[in-house]
Amino acid sequence: MSQRARMVVFGAGVLGFAAVLVWGLGGLPDFGDFAGRYGQYLAQHSLPERHATSSIAVTTFDFRGADTLVEEFILFTAAVGVVALLRVERASEEVPAEPEARRRPTARSGALRSLITAVVAPTLVLGINIVLHGHLTPGGGFQGGVILMTALFLVYLGGSHLAIGRVSPMAAMEASEGVGAAGFALIGLAGLVIAGAYLENFLPFGGRNHLVSGGDIPLLNIAVGLEVMGALLIVVAEFLDQRLLMREGKL
Amino acid sequence: MSFLPYAVAAWLFVIGLYGIVTSRNLVHLVVCLSVVQSSTYVLLLAVGYRTGGTAPIYADISPSKEVVDPIVATLTLTDVVVEATVVALLLALAVQAHRRFGTLDPNEMGALRG
Amino acid sequence: MTAVQIAALVAVALGGTAVVMAREPARQALVASVYGFALAILFLSFQAPDVALSQIVVGAVALPAMIVFALRKIIRREEVDRGEQ
Repeated sequence: MSQRARMVVFGAGVLGFAAVLVWGLGGLPDFGDFAGRYGQYLAQHSLPERHATSSIAVTTFDFRGADTLVEEFILFTAAVGVVALLRVERASEEVPAEPEARRRPTARSGALRSLITAVVAPTLVLGINIVLHGHLTPGGGFQGGVILMTALFLVYLGGSHLAIGRVSPMAAMEASEGVGAAGFALIGLAGLVIAGAYLENFLPFGGRNHLVSGGDIPLLNIAVGLEVMGALLIVVAEFLDQRLLMREGKL
Repeated sequence: MSFLPYAVAAWLFVIGLYGIVTSRNLVHLVVCLSVVQSSTYVLLLAVGYRTGGTAPIYADISPSKEVVDPIVATLTLTDVVVEATVVALLLALAVQAHRRFGTLDPNEMGALRG
Repeated sequence: MTAVQIAALVAVALGGTAVVMAREPARQALVASVYGFALAILFLSFQAPDVALSQIVVGAVALPAMIVFALRKIIRREEVDRGEQ
């Protein structure tokens, strides 16, 4: 089909679609008049029942925990897909990963490197803070996990690659992702065994505004944070031809 | 004027779709797809908003104050992070397609041959 | 509807159009970053701070970075192909 014919078909289709969409959206209640009772019920019962002040966190990990479990596994599967696509390509292709002799610091200017090095530790602490306080204030595993990924990525930007002692960094990140994803599912299983329903909150709830409160919500936050950090770091490393996560001397 | 959020959501959807159909570059196409996704976020949060309501964090407000809906916020916040990884998967597919066909133009790519 | 919400909605509509109209992927990555910030302000004005935090870290930082990485991989392959010919 030629380009012009394709545009005509698209134009007709999108005009019809937009008309139906606007007509459908016009039938919604006015902006600001939402009268859904389920949301109000959850919001009002999150503090008395779970002693956690952020009702969004309680809704994400406790009342609607099954939805979050599925979303988390979508993220896991997408990361595995990226690895499968790009790592297989590299194994069979002519474009090599950058050889060791040419490896040099990522940032050229010394001022930039100093600035980045100074920012790594505060970013790491910020990420851990947001993950741990997810049940009290806005934040949680998803946001904190991305910030942790940024902190570790800054190590690569300020230096030349990420090294974690004698452990292979790639294996460490894959382990983090796996522990996070499996941890979420296993905590749900513990809820099934101890309290009778999958993902049921089975730990003591603690006091209001305490760091240890809300039952298993902090544990689920930590699991999600580990998984998001591991998955995004692996994806970024695959795009950068694994230069990010090389052990001293070899891949 | 109270129809403006829904109008913006519909507009983002349509303009993203237009970008996908007329795109000449696979990477540009994937970013237009993320614009379409963001239209659903705007629609979800617009549906859950209550006039005069505040954020549903009870750390410093009394439990009887009016709050916006927490369920749509839950759906949207998990979706935002998952979207990033799915976009990464689509970009990896685009890189593979470039390797296979030598071009990023969707119109130039031939059919998959055995 | 408050004035901040109306301004943020208009900014988001214009930003979305700008992202689609930027045909070069490298330029589009920067426009997408600004669009991500506009979306975050819109979510804040809708009283959803969690979603705004998610949108800032993802849409303004992680997403443009991944676009640039994919472009780098493609350009590097083109260089290798051209070097070999």
